[in-house]
Amino acid sequence: MTGWQALEQFLRTDPRDVGCEQAMEVLEVYVELILGDEISGDIPGTAQRRFPGVAAHLLACGPCGEDLQGLAAAARRPDSRS
Amino acid sequence: MPPPDPAPDRATVSGRELDGESAEWLRGLGGTGAGRDQAVARLHEMLLRVARAELRRRGAHIPIGGPELDDLAYHAAADALLAITGKLEQFRGDSRFTTWAYKFVIFEVSGQLARHFWRTPAVVMEAADWDRLPDRLGLDPAADAQARDLLAKLRRAVQDELTPRQRRVFTAIVLNGIPLDAVVAELSSSRNAIYKTMFDARRKLRASLVANGYLESDEGRRS
Repeated sequence: MTGWQALEQFLRTDPRDVGCEQAMEVLEVYVELILGDEISGDIPGTAQRRFPGVAAHLLACGPCGEDLQGLAAAARRPDSRS
Repeated sequence: MPPPDPAPDRATVSGRELDGESAEWLRGLGGTGAGRDQAVARLHEMLLRVARAELRRRGAHIPIGGPELDDLAYHAAADALLAITGKLEQFRGDSRFTTWAYKFVIFEVSGQLARHFWRTPAVVMEAADWDRLPDRLGLDPAADAQARDLLAKLRRAVQDELTPRQRRVFTAIVLNGIPLDAVVAELSSSRNAIYKTMFDARRKLRASLVANGYLESDEGRRS
């Protein structure tokens, strides 16, 4: 990606983006849908179809994207279950 | 003295039937006496495990190690435990209980790291370091007159189009490379508010660069 494209991408906003608050509210549900999609091979899958505004936000927001990765990793790990 | 009432049957929440493990967590944490103490201890142990794993996962991005890292994990687990036990009634059964609980500790890890960021004394919010931006974007203004021109227009748009708050947040995050969560901590704001400030700033800057012919409009891209 050229610098020009990087700047263009950085400045581009998605009108569907719901923001951090709404994304964080349903993050656990979104993660479980992703994990289900991984098992069924339905990619991009149910999570994006059911929550398009959350999907748009998680692509654009670094901190929420990081929390998503962390929560998915925790939910995947068998030793973090009780 | 009569025995305490058994914990209420919480096999369903908000009309949703819970999986066995989630129902057991709610019974334990919503109960009383030794049973509740055991459930709380188990939950704390689980949250601590998740906090440690999450800090390890983020390890490449954070200059912390050893006992300090473990201290952060303990704080994150303790704060998450308090939040979870205080908000037990808010669990709607939309996910497994454990996934819902992990969310709290993941958020606490993010918060702990953001507050820890400001222990680095060299970092400043306001000084605008425009010299670092070309590197971050992969632009070479020395070799490319167009890139030089674009950066100058962007700089002008930041000065002219953004509100003082948008400019402050843009400067901190984009020019000085301060993590968004650290800006949240410094300004005692919320992630949502700072993200929205940046979202509006990005939209304004893009509109300005499109209006001046430096970037293509969405209509132009589609045609």
